[in-house]
Order: sequence, then structure tokens, then C-alpha cells
Amino acid sequence: MKGFEAGLFVFMLAAFLGFELIKRVSPLLHTPLMSLTNAISAIAVVGAILIAGEKDASMLSRILGFTAVTASVINLVSGYLITDRMLKMFKRREGVAK
Amino acid sequence: MNQTILEMIYIAAAAGFILALKWMSSPATARRGVLAGEIGMLLAVVGTLLRFEVVDYTWIFAAFLLGSAIGVPLAYKMPMTAVPQRTAISHAFGALAAALIGVAEYYRATPDRFVMTALAAEVLLGFLTFTASLMAFGKLQELLPTRPITYKGQNVVNLSILGLAFVLGMALVADPSRTWLFPIFSLLALTFGVMLIVPIGGADMPTVIALLNSYAGLSASAMGFALDNKLLIVAGALDGSSGLILAIIMCKAMNRSFSNVLFGAFGQVQTSSIATGEVKPVRSASHEEAAEILGSAQSVVIIPGYGMAVAQAQHKVRELFEGLTKRGIDVRFAIHPVAGRMPGHMNVLLAEANIPYDRLFEMDEINSELEHVDVALVIGANDVVNPAARNDPGSPIAGMPILNADKARTVMVIKRGMSPGFAGIENELYYMDKTLMLFGDAKGFVAGIVKELSAVHA
Repeated sequence: MKGFEAGLFVFMLAAFLGFELIKRVSPLLHTPLMSLTNAISAIAVVGAILIAGEKDASMLSRILGFTAVTASVINLVSGYLITDRMLKMFKRREGVAK
Repeated sequence: MNQTILEMIYIAAAAGFILALKWMSSPATARRGVLAGEIGMLLAVVGTLLRFEVVDYTWIFAAFLLGSAIGVPLAYKMPMTAVPQRTAISHAFGALAAALIGVAEYYRATPDRFVMTALAAEVLLGFLTFTASLMAFGKLQELLPTRPITYKGQNVVNLSILGLAFVLGMALVADPSRTWLFPIFSLLALTFGVMLIVPIGGADMPTVIALLNSYAGLSASAMGFALDNKLLIVAGALDGSSGLILAIIMCKAMNRSFSNVLFGAFGQVQTSSIATGEVKPVRSASHEEAAEILGSAQSVVIIPGYGMAVAQAQHKVRELFEGLTKRGIDVRFAIHPVAGRMPGHMNVLLAEANIPYDRLFEMDEINSELEHVDVALVIGANDVVNPAARNDPGSPIAGMPILNADKARTVMVIKRGMSPGFAGIENELYYMDKTLMLFGDAKGFVAGIVKELSAVHA
């Protein structure tokens, strides 16, 4: 299979899998879910690293790569940390005065 | 590094992301999900750093440091009421990264037509999500007017910009060496993002934020096609479908379509046609009266809305919850899907205030029980409890599923004044005989009730 067809195939399967998984997420957790997927979209860092770390890159490439790595690291770090911070707050009844 | 090992690392990273979403299904496993996502991301980053194409680490590590220095405070300093803003600005960063990589890829070497298609999609979605998210951030942070701004021919202008961007994108695909088109194409994408959010009002923010979440993911997926990287395709597709589902849920909860949210400019037209200025009598009550009614009830349902977030009243509401629960009163919370400014906004605020999540109920779970409830206490919510959605086919929100607060035996509404809500629609709930209006700031009023309750108790 060539790159493009294989890519489409993977995309389709992942999209359907995504639909099935997200449908099961309780509305209770929709905000943390959104910040988690937001953090996952920081996967763009992979492309950014490739641009920023290239051998003999042009100045334009370096600047774009640097900015892109910075932006996706902000996204990645703050996304995961705040998701965990939010989830820590969700408690059942024990521990709460009755 | 060996290509096969790299592929294995990427596959493991993709598995981490899938598990992360799977474990998000329940609060009991959700934190494990975050860990799985973090491990997936760590694998992806380390694997990429070890690739033989990556030789220069100076810039990368400098960017890591700078990004962490900004990202950590962004996660820890943000108050929970500001979570919608944080999410919007974070979408902006993610989309900017994707778009800039697309730009860099384009100028590195003239791409072939297939790669160009992927790059065009990546750059279009990336740049429009970038500016749209910044605009959403500005509106949520109230740096920009939160009111929807509309003008005649707005949809024509917006669709022309998008159409022109499409045409230029296709021209670039037909001949990727037309480098002069690329900056214009990028500029159109940036402009469209701004124009898209101009007519969006506060109540539509949950849908729009979810949609931007989806676009940011799709942009990363397009990057995966351009770089022939399956990990990017998978992660982007997961995000894309997640944002899309949330946006669909939000639309359903308002009985509106996507195009209506994006191009309908809710709220603008109605203000003029409905606010008649006619003064109808309402019944109001004081802290003392409210406390007495709540204290003698057997069951209470609290319906929070964006007003509770604005007033930062969630901790006082917790005190009220505890005070009433101590007296043996059954207190539950009814959460409308679009209450607040992003999906799940109210749940996070109430969880922050230490209210156990098994007391929070979704609309479908609690609506049939509201008629058996003694008191429905509405705090800072308006349109989501407006019976006009059910009764008045001519209302702008007709058909929108609402919480049946009007079915409760007594209704109490904490509200600053009688001004109509965001959509400018009169709420007949306020004029019903069994409704008591509690005028004042949500935080102050709830504090007053709590004080009265404990005084009576002592």
C-alpha cells in the first residue's frame, strides 16, 4: 500500500475508534476530556522537532521550527497538567461532610 | 535510530493515546488515562528526538524550556472559572504550531501535488483555528465585546473569504511552485478565523470551542499525511472526532444545527423584536424567606449556570449544599449540557468546590423527577430553564431541550435584575405564581441564605 492510501486507511479507523471511545465519556468529564485531547493534539511537536532540528536548515525554517516547538510544548505541558488538576477534584461522597 | 524500532515506539505512543481516551470514560479511571496520554507523548517526543534527521538540539531544547516556562504556570495559576479561556488559548497554540510547520515544510522544498494537498489542509485549518481561538479567548476573557457582532451581508463576506482560500488552495495543488500564492492563502485563512468568531455570542461558545478542538486535531492529522507519519494521523483523528462529537452534543442540547450556530448570529435579531418593555409583576423574596423555604423542603434541586461561574459562587453553593444535607434534605444538582461556556464547565466548578460528583445529574436523568421536587433553585442560569422553549413555537429557542425547573413545587431564581438573558428572550418562568425571584449577586445571596440557615439551626 502506498503512503497515501495507508494514511487514509489509518485515518478512517482512528476516526471511528475516536467516535466510539468519546461517545462513552460521561458528560461529567467533558471539560477534562477536551483539555486532554487538546494536549494530545500537541503531537504536532513531532513535526516541529523535525523542522527545528534539521541539519543545515534555513533561518526561516529554524525560526518557524523553534516557534512551533515552543507553542506545542506550551500546549502539551499545560494540557496534561491542568487535566490532572481537574480530575483530582472529582470526588465521590466519602471525604465530603455528610 | 533503527527505522523499525522508531515505528514500534510510535505505535506504542498511539496505543497510549487510545487508552487515554478509553480511560476517560469514568472518573475512577480518568487519571490513569492522563498518565497513559503522558507516556504516549513522552514516547513520541523521545522517539522523534532520536531520529537521524534530527541533528541540531540547541533550538529544540531552548524551545522546550521556554514552552514549559509558559505552560506550567498556565496550568497551575489559572482559576477553574477561567478554564474555557485556557482551553481556547491552548487551541490557539496547538493550531499555530501545526500551521507554522506547514509553512516551513512548504518553503523547505517545493512539495509534490499530494503533499501540497495535505499541506494546504494543514495550513488552512491551522491558521483559521489559531485566529479563531484567539478571538474566542478574547471574548471569554472579556477583552473583546462578548455580544455577537453582526452586519448586513456578513455570511456572504465570510463565505467569500473561505471560498477564495479554497480556490487558492486548489491553484497551489495544481501547481505547488506558485510560491506567491502561499502568503495570500495563509492570510485568507487567518482572516477567516477572525471573521468566524465575530458573530458568535457567549452561549454558543461551548459549540465553537468544541469545533475548534476538532479543527486543531484535523490540522495535526493533515500534517501526518504531509510528513507520512501515522502517529500524527491517529492522534489528530482521535482529537478531530472528539471535538466533533462534543460539538454535535452541544448543538443537540440547543436544538440547533452547525450552520445555525456558525452563521445564525443568535441573539442579535431577537433583542429588538422581543424586549417589549412591558413590566409584569414578579414576586421577590429575601435571604430569610429563601432560607426558610429551603430549610423546610424535603428535596432541593440546584440548577447552576454561567452566572454562578461569573460570581465565583461555587464555594458558597457547597456550603449551602452541606447545610441543607445536614438537615436531612435531599440536595441534587441538575446540569444542562450547555450551561456555562464550554462542555462540562459546571461539573468542573462544582467538583472544585468539593461537591461529590454523584450528586450531579444530567438533564435526561433528572428532568422526569423535577415535578416531585419541593424547590428548584436556579443560580445564574436563564435560557436553559426557559419554558418558552417547550411552550412557544415562535420563540427563538423553541425546541431546545430545557431543565423543567417550572415543574418543581416552588421555584427560586437568584438573579442580578430583571434584564433578559444573553439571547434577549423573556423568561416566563420568572412570572409564574410559584416563582420567587431572589435579587442580588449569586455569591452574596447564597452566603446570606447559608448564614440564615445556620442561625436557625443553632
